[in-house]
Amino acid sequence: MSARLASRFAALKREGRAGLVAYVMASDPDHETCFEILRGLPSAGADVIELGFPFTDPMADGPSIQKAALRALKAGGSLKHTLDLARRFRETDQDTPLILMGYANPIESMGYDAFSEAMQASGADGVIIVDLPPEEDGPLRAAFAAHGLSIIRLATPTTDDNRLTKVLDGASGFLYYASVAGVTGANAATGDAVRAAVSRLKRATQLPVAVGFGVREPAAAQEIARTADAVVVGSAFVDEIAAAPAGQAADRVLRKVRILSEAVRTARALEGTPA
Amino acid sequence: MDVRRNWQELPDAEGRFGSYGGRFVAETLMPLVLDLERAYREAQVDPAFAATMADFWTHYVGRPSPLYFAERMTAHFGGAKIYFKRDELNHTGAHKINNCLGQVLLAQRMGKTRIIAETGAGQHGVATATICARLGLPCVVFMGATDIERQKPNVFRMKLLGAEVRPVTSGAATLKDAMNEALRDWVTNVADTFYCIGTAAGPHPYPEMVRDFQSVIGREAREQILEREGRLPDAVMACIGGGSNAIGLFHPFIADESVRLIGVEAAGRGIDDRFEHSAAINGGRPGVLHGNRTYLLQNADGQILEGHSISAGLDYPGVGPEHSYLADIGRAQYLSATDDEALEAFKLCARLEGILPALEPSHALARLGDVAREIGKGGLVIMNLCGRGDKDVFTVADALGVTL
Repeated sequence: MSARLASRFAALKREGRAGLVAYVMASDPDHETCFEILRGLPSAGADVIELGFPFTDPMADGPSIQKAALRALKAGGSLKHTLDLARRFRETDQDTPLILMGYANPIESMGYDAFSEAMQASGADGVIIVDLPPEEDGPLRAAFAAHGLSIIRLATPTTDDNRLTKVLDGASGFLYYASVAGVTGANAATGDAVRAAVSRLKRATQLPVAVGFGVREPAAAQEIARTADAVVVGSAFVDEIAAAPAGQAADRVLRKVRILSEAVRTARALEGTPA
Repeated sequence: MDVRRNWQELPDAEGRFGSYGGRFVAETLMPLVLDLERAYREAQVDPAFAATMADFWTHYVGRPSPLYFAERMTAHFGGAKIYFKRDELNHTGAHKINNCLGQVLLAQRMGKTRIIAETGAGQHGVATATICARLGLPCVVFMGATDIERQKPNVFRMKLLGAEVRPVTSGAATLKDAMNEALRDWVTNVADTFYCIGTAAGPHPYPEMVRDFQSVIGREAREQILEREGRLPDAVMACIGGGSNAIGLFHPFIADESVRLIGVEAAGRGIDDRFEHSAAINGGRPGVLHGNRTYLLQNADGQILEGHSISAGLDYPGVGPEHSYLADIGRAQYLSATDDEALEAFKLCARLEGILPALEPSHALARLGDVAREIGKGGLVIMNLCGRGDKDVFTVADALGVTL
């Protein structure tokens, strides 16, 4: 498992606060603006960076991330460019974990071994592959094992106890709980539902639990940050890029990251007791 | 190649045909596809399910479809005797209904109360809407906005049948995007919704299930040719988009190693690096899309390409995983035909046999002469005429420069 992810989550635990996992799409709106965003994310308050790599057919994503993928592809984005952005980011930041998120086919196309080597060379820490459930990620797991890279698995509201055992077997880095059955960026789950789900997952695993899907506003992020180890926000940031006038995308995204980070950082302090 | 040993066992427990197939879906959907597989296994061994299917086939769909000796086509090509398996005579005008009937009956058995489907040309959408109307289930059909514009008569037919047609504007707004959108709906409505996939592709168990429901084509054809000719054919032929009509025809003949299995892909404007075709096996390479590993049209980065065919039903960048496997092991052979060749074959069939074929089987018709001549006189070929051409008259008129 990635050392950077382990030490980041250990640090969050010591600080007694949840982390913010910030998602942006590689090459959205273009390579250089994306790099500017990546470079600014840690100081804006992102504890972990999730860098999407574009795919033509993002079938588990809502409109925000679908459009981001199309913008990225139009700007010449690819898995190779994504790995290159990760490498450039790593030259400037040795500590912030960076994971890639996307769909299987660009990786299949590159080849699992070549991808693993490129991941390690770029200084990326792990991946979330939406359409590689545990039944299908064996070849990637085998290739990753030699490189100290993490496969982050997903649990969802449809994951029953039997299924959870399967999901956790081979999971590393953290467990990503998609808190609603649906696509990214749709409605957020209620605080009660998330609380119940997180405590169930925590009984089953030592891995940190990050909660995402539909988290757009500080209040929702704060609610989740009281119980989860991290909050994942994606569509809300990507929407800032879509809405930004030319030249202002990086500023807009980073401002939004600061707002959500502040909400996540103060969640437990506001409540008075650490969760 | 040792097909005879294991072909009946494929796919394996993980839904694999060799390295193809599988269950490449979001975790949210995994419990659903596993549940579907359990329900299908139960239905497979339930005589009541089989009896219901058989009753619908006989009295609603109009099965068995005839095996017709295409006498003038045979004389025209001067080779093997040509038979058409006439699945275009089914209710709704194509083979699609064989599969929809099976899936929607299964959905009903599972207690699902809402059916979703994707459609390109609209044939699968119409067939799904038809069965849903008959069984009293609400039906939502996802269709690319581009296709809605191209296929207005089928859109209206679906609406007449009580289905809701939901335009898809994401991506290129065609069949693959409609399938993405159906998957997005399914992942959102996990409790009550059944996704009725139109071809022998998608996550396991769909490729197997669709194949099984379509295999009625090949079982009938095998029985009919044995009765008519007293022997097996030398070749069976079908067009390949996703490949459901072809796998339905091929499957009951796979163990008959003397029978050549020949699929015909859509070569569009030619198979080259412009990718203006839909020939995934002949012009693509293996990858992962829509729940399965299979041959796909893709660029060097693994991005999916749109492809092109004059036939909307073949205009899909992938192919069912069992075809990928049959191609690799050499049990089936995959040829191709261009838009122009399919149009010529369409016209020929209309004039010689008095049958307007759909543009999809027109691709198989376009290679039929080559195959019949190669086999020669005294040989037997069966071609699946899997759809009728009424839906295509506007496209054909347009291609021929005729204003209706």
